[in-house]
Parts: sequence; structure tokens; C-alpha cells
Amino acid sequence: MTQSTSSPSTERGDAVSGVEIVFDDIVKTYAGTSQPAVDHLSLTIPAGEIVMFVGPSGCGKTTSLKMINRLHEPTSGTITIDGEDIRAKNADELRRHVGYVIQGGSLFPHMTVKQNIGLVPGLLGWDKQRTAERVDELLDLVGLKPDRYRDRFPRELSGGQQQRVGVARGLAADPPVILMDEPFGAVDPITRQRLQDELLSIQEELRKTIVCVTHDIDEAVKLGDRILILTEGAKIAQYDTPENVLAAPANTFVEDFVGAGSALKSLSLSRVAEVDLYDQTSVKVGESVADAKQRATSAGHTSVVVLDEQERPVDWLWLRALQGETVREPADERDLITISQQATLNDALDSMLVSTHDGVPVTGAQDRYVGVATFSAVTSLITSKNQQAQETSGDAIAQAPDDADLEHATAAPADTEGS
Amino acid sequence: MWQFVTDRWLDIAYRSYQHVSLVVQSVALATVIAIALALLVTSYRRLEPVANFVSSVGLTIPSLALLGIMLPVVGIGTIPAVVVVTFYASLPILRNAVVGLQGVDRNLVESARGMGMNGWTTFRRVRLPLAWPVILAGLRVSTQMSMGVAAIAAYALGPGLGSYIFTGLTQIGGVNAVNYALVATIAIIILALLLDALLLVLGRVTTSEGIRVS
Repeated sequence: MTQSTSSPSTERGDAVSGVEIVFDDIVKTYAGTSQPAVDHLSLTIPAGEIVMFVGPSGCGKTTSLKMINRLHEPTSGTITIDGEDIRAKNADELRRHVGYVIQGGSLFPHMTVKQNIGLVPGLLGWDKQRTAERVDELLDLVGLKPDRYRDRFPRELSGGQQQRVGVARGLAADPPVILMDEPFGAVDPITRQRLQDELLSIQEELRKTIVCVTHDIDEAVKLGDRILILTEGAKIAQYDTPENVLAAPANTFVEDFVGAGSALKSLSLSRVAEVDLYDQTSVKVGESVADAKQRATSAGHTSVVVLDEQERPVDWLWLRALQGETVREPADERDLITISQQATLNDALDSMLVSTHDGVPVTGAQDRYVGVATFSAVTSLITSKNQQAQETSGDAIAQAPDDADLEHATAAPADTEGS
Repeated sequence: MWQFVTDRWLDIAYRSYQHVSLVVQSVALATVIAIALALLVTSYRRLEPVANFVSSVGLTIPSLALLGIMLPVVGIGTIPAVVVVTFYASLPILRNAVVGLQGVDRNLVESARGMGMNGWTTFRRVRLPLAWPVILAGLRVSTQMSMGVAAIAAYALGPGLGSYIFTGLTQIGGVNAVNYALVATIAIIILALLLDALLLVLGRVTTSEGIRVS
């Protein structure tokens, strides 16, 4: 997100709709345990940012999250949202103004997509018309065609689609704060990466305050404006931007947690937007096939990317597969793998593994086609990044992890001897 | 037997109506009571073994004996019949309602609370609809059983076809004894099947398409 605020979308930059959340000396002790699950946590979550809570299981990250919407009540301390103590209001009232997205979407199986998304607006007393419009708007936002999906039941959706609806449901009443509990834990890696990209582009537009719990450091690095790394008892190990967490881990706990492969981790910091995209010939649905073939051949291409009316890539065809009078939309719901400009290089490489072509189509704002990221373009960016890093920091990034490991290896026995 | 039926056609029809009416009303009452109890049981986990104990032991009490116990308390007529039928009808529903409500994914309940539904709304819009197919299965068992229990209730001068069976039994060897018992029994079987078919239809109408099995 730090990159995207400096991108052309700056005119939307000040439209922050999120609000600040402050934890003030929060303690949570569960009945029957002596160790507090959350031990004096004080924290400020800035308005309009995504803050990722990460840490080993049982570190109190989920408990901390659930205290924000009062699913858990702190034993002592106060939490304020936009300066207001969350206990000032009735808990149900509070929760209707805080979006909540949990793993797998947790859609209600007996309700249609429309009913699921319309739940909170319904609780807030919106009229039917307004709710229906909002549902369609949100389905569009998460990339599901309202006409096709509105009346489906959750079991008629794929895991990724369910999760999208889950996100739409969390956004339904346009809450300033959204809480996410391992939102993308239950889907396969490719789908997860797409959902993450979508969340980032939605966030670019909405600028909510999003608090997200994950155990996946890669996800935290990719999504977070800030990462909060917690140790047992929700003690803060480090609270900083992903760049700083990777470049300067505050202590050995953080270092171990983010992993030794920090040079590779920087793959998660570089975005596809930095890659030199290849201008693969694209054709629109409805265009004449002869024209399309002619354009592709003159550009020296043997395949074309097919776009729909909204210029979203829907298919990638070899020229010989282009038949008939005009270019048609793929008949079946074949999922063309695409990545957004916000995807990380890591994601790009993942996607290429399952692509049938040498590369993967990249989409920009509103999922519009912007070009193709080829394997060689991505690898050459990685190489040049690594070279840069070596030149600027005198081998620091490429060598540091190894040195650190060596130090650990030699230091560890010495420690045990000493004690 | 044909002669027997045509002679008493109106009386048989009226008693059938009474019989079904007794069962339907008692089962409806039992459903409300059982779901309320199940809600209590699922809120306080310690009550669960109690509920299971009551519903299994309850079913072993002979209905005739229970009726005998009820007589001094509520007298004879319709009221003891309703009490006894409701008591038996609530047991299978209670058991299924507890199982059904416990089977609702905890994440869904938490999700509902997290979205700002209060306890009652969560029950009405999430827990009950999701537990409904299981509760309905209990309702069907309970209705079938109640058709038979309602016949016993005639012993306390309750309404319905049961009195025909008792008439037949007391007149054993008499002219119409077999006719009385047989006609009432067959009528009860037919009515029970009809009610079950109705419940099947009710189930389809009231169960969300999203969780329907077939």
C-alpha cells in the first residue's frame, strides 16, 4: 500500500474512511488460568491502514482481535475506536458498525448470497431497495457478477467465491473498521493470492482500518501497512512496516519468526507493478477473428489475450484456437489465472507454475488488462534487485542471513556452556 | 365390516377429526416446549445429561400408567389426553432439538454475534433454521407415536378413535367387537400416514434450499 499511495491514485489518497483504534493497557485473563492471554497490551492502529497481527498460535492475537468487537471483554484496560470507548455503546450496536470476516467466509448456509450480505444492513433497518442495491454494488466490488451469484446458496459457490462473499458481507454496512480472522486460511494458494490482491485493490479505494489476524508471515508482509508480531501473552515483539520488520528484525524472536530466507522474503515486498510487462496482443470479445489474427501475426505473436467488454482478461488462446466469425467469450467458467499489479513477485512465480503460457496476464484498476508478466521479466527483476541490494548495502542482505545463522550455530553451544 | 362403516360413517369421520386434532395440537405444543427446553439445555451444558436421561426414561413409562397417575390430578376428559400426548410427543423432539442445536457450527454462531445479532435473533435466524431439519425428523417420529398414544387416551374418556378400540376390547365376542377395534386401528394407520406425508411437505417448504439434503 505504501507504493500505491504514491501511484496515480493519489487523488483518492485523502479519502480515508477508516478510523483510529487504540488499545490502552489491555489485560485479558481467562477464567481458570493464571497466565493472562493478553498481558498489558498498548497499541495504536492508525486510521485507514491494514495492520496484521501475527505470532505463534496461542500468542493472544485472536483474543486481541476479538476484544475490538467485544466478542471477548478485556479484564482491564480500555479500547477506543475513533476516540470513543467501545463499552460506551451496546455490544450488538457496536458490532453492527465493525465489519467481521472470518475463515472460509462463514456464510450462513441456509441463506442466499444476497441474504448473507444484506444481514447487517437489515439489522440496521435499511429498506429493501437500498439493501438490494448495496448487495449488487458489493458483489461487483468483489468481482462476482450480481445476476449470476445473487440468488445462489453458499454450497453452490467455490471456496474462493464464498470467501469473496464473506468479505462483501463484512463491508456491507460500510463500517470504518473491519476485523479479519485468518480470512484466507481455507483456500488454495492461487486463490488466496487472488483474494489478497483483491483486498488490496478494494482497500486502495476504501481506505478502511483493517485489523487482520494471520499466522502466515508472507501474507502479513504482503497485505500489511504495519505488522504487529506478538509473543506469548500478546507481548509486542515488533510493530513496524513490513520493510523494517524484514530489514531490521527487532530481536531473535522476530528474526526466527520471519524466517532465515529474508533475501527471498523480499520477493514478497516487490510488486508486479515493478515488472516490465510484455505487450501481448489482446483482442476484445465480439471483434472479428480475421482482424485479431492479422494483428497478432504482424506483432509476431502466436497467441492472444481475450478481453471482455470491461477489458478484463477472460481467456488466453493460441491463434489456431481462434475460430468462427467473431471472438467469443469462453463458454465454460474456465478460470483464467491473472494477477494484479499489487501481487508480489512470489505470487507471480506461483501463478506461472500453473499457467499454460510463458507468463501470466496482469490486471490493473478495475481488473483491466495491462500486459503480461513473463517468466524472464520477473526473474531479471529479481536478479537486478539482488544486485542492487548487494551493491548498496555491501552484501548485507544477501549475506546477512547466512552470517546470522553461523553466529547462532556458534553462539548456541557457548550459551549452554555458560549457563 | 363395510356395513359397519357405512352405518357409522359420520361418527367415524368426527372421531377421526378429533383424533387428528388432538395429535396436531399436542405435537405443536410439544414442539414449542421441547425447543424451549433444548435451548435451555444447550445454553447450560450441565443440563445435557439430564435432558438425555429424561427423554430416554420418559419413553419407557407406559402411557396407560402415566394416564392413571394423571387422572387424580387433572380429572378425566380432554385435558389428561392433551397432557399425556404432549408429554410423550415432546421427548423425541427434545432429543433431536438438543442434537440439532448442538450441531450448528460454533463459528457460524460466533459470526452471527460478531455481526451484531443479539441472542434471540441469532437463535431465530441462524440456530433454529440450521437445526430445523433434525428437529423436524424428531417431529415426524413424535407425530407417529402420538397417534398411538392418543388412542390410549380414550381410557380417560379423551376424544378420538381410541374409544372405538376400547369398546371393541370390552365387548370381545360380541357382534361388532372386531369391527370396532379393526376400523379404529385402520383409521389411525391411514391418518398417521397422511399426517406424515403432510409433515414431509411441511419439511420441504420450511427447510432452506441451501441446506436441503436432496
